[in-house]
Amino acid sequence: MTAKLPATLVRLLPQIATLAVVLILNVILFPSFFDLSVQNSRLYGSLIDVFNRGAPVALLAVGMTLVIATKGIDLSVGAVVAICGAVAAASVAGGHSVPVAVASALAVGMLCGIWNGFLVAVLGIQPIIATLVLMVAGRGIAQLITEGAILTFTDEGLIFIGSGTAFGLPMPIVIWVVFGLAVTLLVRRTALGLLIESIGVNRQASQLAGVRTTALLIASYLLAGLCAAIAGLIVAADIKGADANNAGLWLELDAILAVVVGGNSLLGGRFSILGSLLGAVIIQAVNTGILTSGFPPEYNLIIKAVIIVVILVIQSPRIGELSAFLKSVRQGNP
Amino acid sequence: MTKSKYLPLIATTVIFVVAYALCYLQFPNILSTRVIGNLLTDNAFLGIAAIGMTFVILSGGIDLSIGSVIAFTGVFLAVILENTGIHPLFAFVLALIITTAFGALMGAIIHYLDMPAFIVTLAGMFLARGMAFVLSIDSVPIVHPFYKTLKAFYFKLPGGGRITLIGGLMLVMFVVGIIVAHRTRFGTNIYALGGGTQTARLMGVPVGRTTIMIYATSGFLAGLSGIVFSLYTSAGYSLAAVGVELDAIAAVVIGGTLLTGGAGFVAGTLIGVLIQGLIQTYITFDGTLSSWWTKIVIGLLLFVFILMQKGILLASKLERRA
Repeated sequence: MTAKLPATLVRLLPQIATLAVVLILNVILFPSFFDLSVQNSRLYGSLIDVFNRGAPVALLAVGMTLVIATKGIDLSVGAVVAICGAVAAASVAGGHSVPVAVASALAVGMLCGIWNGFLVAVLGIQPIIATLVLMVAGRGIAQLITEGAILTFTDEGLIFIGSGTAFGLPMPIVIWVVFGLAVTLLVRRTALGLLIESIGVNRQASQLAGVRTTALLIASYLLAGLCAAIAGLIVAADIKGADANNAGLWLELDAILAVVVGGNSLLGGRFSILGSLLGAVIIQAVNTGILTSGFPPEYNLIIKAVIIVVILVIQSPRIGELSAFLKSVRQGNP
Repeated sequence: MTKSKYLPLIATTVIFVVAYALCYLQFPNILSTRVIGNLLTDNAFLGIAAIGMTFVILSGGIDLSIGSVIAFTGVFLAVILENTGIHPLFAFVLALIITTAFGALMGAIIHYLDMPAFIVTLAGMFLARGMAFVLSIDSVPIVHPFYKTLKAFYFKLPGGGRITLIGGLMLVMFVVGIIVAHRTRFGTNIYALGGGTQTARLMGVPVGRTTIMIYATSGFLAGLSGIVFSLYTSAGYSLAAVGVELDAIAAVVIGGTLLTGGAGFVAGTLIGVLIQGLIQTYITFDGTLSSWWTKIVIGLLLFVFILMQKGILLASKLERRA
């Protein structure tokens, strides 16, 4: 364990350093950034806000990490967020209890995931295209559930998911931290994570080696759907209503960005859920920093674009070859 | 093999004709030249952008940036016409130069950094939308008299229908697109690239130059589509044309182009665009259906066509084995 911990830390060093830089910039721009206060037995402060607002992207990033590790991608999660929020709101509005509403939203999310997994694993369709089907149709389906209106609800139990307090922290933080750790333990304390990585490196070879690739692929997309369902509950509970048009809009891109910022390769293979979670927090810290510093929020997208390009350059195989070549040259001429 | 090559295109055409016939049985007015003219005008910007998307997908790539580039072009034109005295034609040229260079830059990054087109054009999408926001976050109206002149320009059809300038421009661009795809060396190179980068390189295709040219073409057409969109709406708005890239991809797939690249027709994309327009027109005629049915029907069509492509690939594989 002691030998393993530093290895994880070293692997995540760039992400931790980036987060530190972003946070320090925030403090410089906004000196009271780290101030924490306790009111009504709940922590308040900008830092808590960052973790709270980042909850949907962090949750989506967990599922997206596994899907990307299998060399796939899930474009439909944003639409699934809208569908699941609509399902929960509709069932509460229809007079069902909160547990039924939550359970049906989670079930619908997993069903969406199984559909995506079926298209990718059984029918062998490219992941971008397979999940595009649900991305295009999903918002229409969500509109169908809410009948075109923004379905509002006043059920305290459901609202608690979005703005309640547990262990002195806002509920969304508790949910994503617990869920992220649970999934990390599940894939890292068993062989599951390794098997998922093997699919990402070479599906055919792992199939021949006896890995049940079809079941694992479907399970990965199922988990992404489940993550989207939980995120959908949080988003809906936060605004006390289901907005089929705007709930989860472009969240799939933020989730993909979080995974990439977390140091995971889009080409599949090795993955780190902790890295993706850090990535999600970094993105949110940048967002919050831009908003609180008085910069126009329009610069947000440009900064995101710059981040992607920088990461692309670092990850690029060509740059890797170049640095390896420079190293060998240097060793050749002492 | 030659038969299965045309099968998706034939299927799309049959679906379009049958769907149009069904609509005609319910609403006979839908066959008037007026409706057809509007169908072309309303979908002109989507059609022009979808030609670029066809080239990109034929080469095995994807371009997620076109919706943002359309919005950027619109805002750019509106802001520049409001604040300076230059002629709109000159502004058009400037906009096209910028978007073409933007596409070429993305192509260069995709080729030289060897990264997936998906993530590079995602960055492009953020960047273009962000630049549009920086120029203006409000909807800027375009009141230049030249715009009125252009909009008043149309070709009259028998029966009261009109082919407007932008509707006609889309048809012309499709003809040019078909010629480029099937009758030029650049077109052949695109198809070769879609068959596999390695194979294409061995055949002597200049991979880098072709990739850059493909994305530059897509950027150029997205810019042209942005000009058409600004003529259509007479305004520039940074939140406009969100999700057009998805509609364009859907049009390309429904038009029978293989998503893995290497096979498909530019003409099919036109029918894919028209099918989407027909669904919208039907919903307008019906009056009781909500517009979100468009999305669901397009999603279903996408699914059916992807399944059909899989079936054709499987069949041709079995044929080869036999």
